[in-house]
Amino acid sequence: MATQASRTAGRLMLTPAVLLLFLWMIVPLGMTIYFSFLRFNLLMPGTEAFTGFENYTYFFTDPAFWPALTNTLTLVLGVLVITVVGGVALAVLLDQPMWGQGIVRILVIAPFFVMPSVSALVWKNMLMNPVNGLFAALARGLGLQPIDFFADAPLASIIAIVAWQWLPFATLILFTAMQSLDREQMEAAEMDGAGPIWRFVHLTVPHLMRAMTVVVLIQTIFLLSVFAEILVTTNGGPGTASTTLTFLVYMQSMLQFDVGLGSAGGIVAVILANIVAIFLMRMIGKNLEA
Amino acid sequence: MAREASKGHKAVVTALAWGVALLIFFPILWTFLTSFKTEGEAINSHPSFLFFDWTLENYETVNQRSDYLAHFWNSVVISLGSTVLGLVIAVPAAWSMAFVPGKRTKDLLMWMLSTKMLPAVGVLVPIYLLARDAGLLDTKTGLVIVLTMVNLPIIVWMLYTYFREIPGEILEAARMDGATLSSEILYVLTPMAVPGIASTLLLNVILAWNESFWTLNLTAATAAPLTAFIASYSSPEGLFYAKLSAASTMAIAPIMILGWFSQKQLVRGLTFGAVK
Repeated sequence: MATQASRTAGRLMLTPAVLLLFLWMIVPLGMTIYFSFLRFNLLMPGTEAFTGFENYTYFFTDPAFWPALTNTLTLVLGVLVITVVGGVALAVLLDQPMWGQGIVRILVIAPFFVMPSVSALVWKNMLMNPVNGLFAALARGLGLQPIDFFADAPLASIIAIVAWQWLPFATLILFTAMQSLDREQMEAAEMDGAGPIWRFVHLTVPHLMRAMTVVVLIQTIFLLSVFAEILVTTNGGPGTASTTLTFLVYMQSMLQFDVGLGSAGGIVAVILANIVAIFLMRMIGKNLEA
Repeated sequence: MAREASKGHKAVVTALAWGVALLIFFPILWTFLTSFKTEGEAINSHPSFLFFDWTLENYETVNQRSDYLAHFWNSVVISLGSTVLGLVIAVPAAWSMAFVPGKRTKDLLMWMLSTKMLPAVGVLVPIYLLARDAGLLDTKTGLVIVLTMVNLPIIVWMLYTYFREIPGEILEAARMDGATLSSEILYVLTPMAVPGIASTLLLNVILAWNESFWTLNLTAATAAPLTAFIASYSSPEGLFYAKLSAASTMAIAPIMILGWFSQKQLVRGLTFGAVK
């Protein structure tokens, strides 16, 4: 249907976006790859030299590397489990008839709109602080010893904060998916004497599978880049107890000015994210055809 | 009987849902309440929920420190600027992909999405150095450019999914009725495209407002938006719970109100149309 003229116009309209995105991706990524093979420290200008895979060797043998990798995986998996399980439970709950459903939904979704630095500060100081925090006051009220969350369980505390921020997202997506659940099938199953647990396992869960996959993949992309929550609360510590890959690369490049080492770490993070991205792209690509 | 039972069920569900919702909302509510307390009351070891002397002094103090308003303004400029710039670039692109799709349109869309998958930390160093060399470090212009590029794939995708729903036949019908190209765009297409563009604008302002990786790494003082300004409260000398709460409340209130209006678009935009 499209004429030659409209096709040319279409291509012209497309060019700026494509060109800019191409430059945005290829230039910095190319530079990162290039830097990762250089000895390059901002504090020692003029000493740049090609070193082959030395930065990668340093990065992988850095005593902080393995903790950072396991912390990253723990953070991502921990938040995913909490948000997906909690999200399904909340979606099922919100789907029931109730009074004031609109307000309940507004309250549940709210944490998603809180900027990460605010939620990290609020949790760190007003809730989790071992002296002045609300949790400490509650613990004292119950005659218990207040917990020093960020000293005793830094990673778990960060997981709690991040999960609080992402639970609304998972809930909202899963709740949206619930809307397209086949009610007649549900009722038919109920007539046939299927209990609520059977219906949940055999009807609700399969129906939500696709939305759950989308939640997992999209959250993983964002969770691999969690930054402000760590910067504000623990700064990666104590020691390396809450250092993730993203935070490690930040420390190496922005605090120690070791551009070469930081770049090698950046490339490792890119490879890790790509593994996730491939799965996500396949899912969305399939949807595009449908 | 059945009616009674379902009413009982509804009451239980309502109580449970409200309980969970209030628990999830509690940290925000607590911040809001604390912002009206005195500093002494805020760290009282027997915290009071509602029965304290309500005061507005924290808001006054925070607003008198002119820097708060400056950072608020930075957030407004950066989030709106990057979104509008993104729309200017993305509307023609999404338009042509939706109405004049070629053989490679799908590949192009997937490729755009793939740029979004690139973790920010992988390009942190080059972007930092490029911004430094261009004199854009700690400037609003620099952040507007970076956030435009960060959110451009989402903007294109959202617009594409909206534009694709505009039926192409309507254009042909208008043409049959003798509409010229300009009146076609002005009277037929624009009214149908405005809701989609508005939703895209809303979601991206929210995303840009809360973006915390680039805003923290590329600003120091002058161009710092609220994300970076609030993060600076984490230093021990800045610890005043009531004032922190007042600053936080003002930082999140506008975007939360916008967010509540954009729940549906949020699902669509953030799942790239995979869940509707």
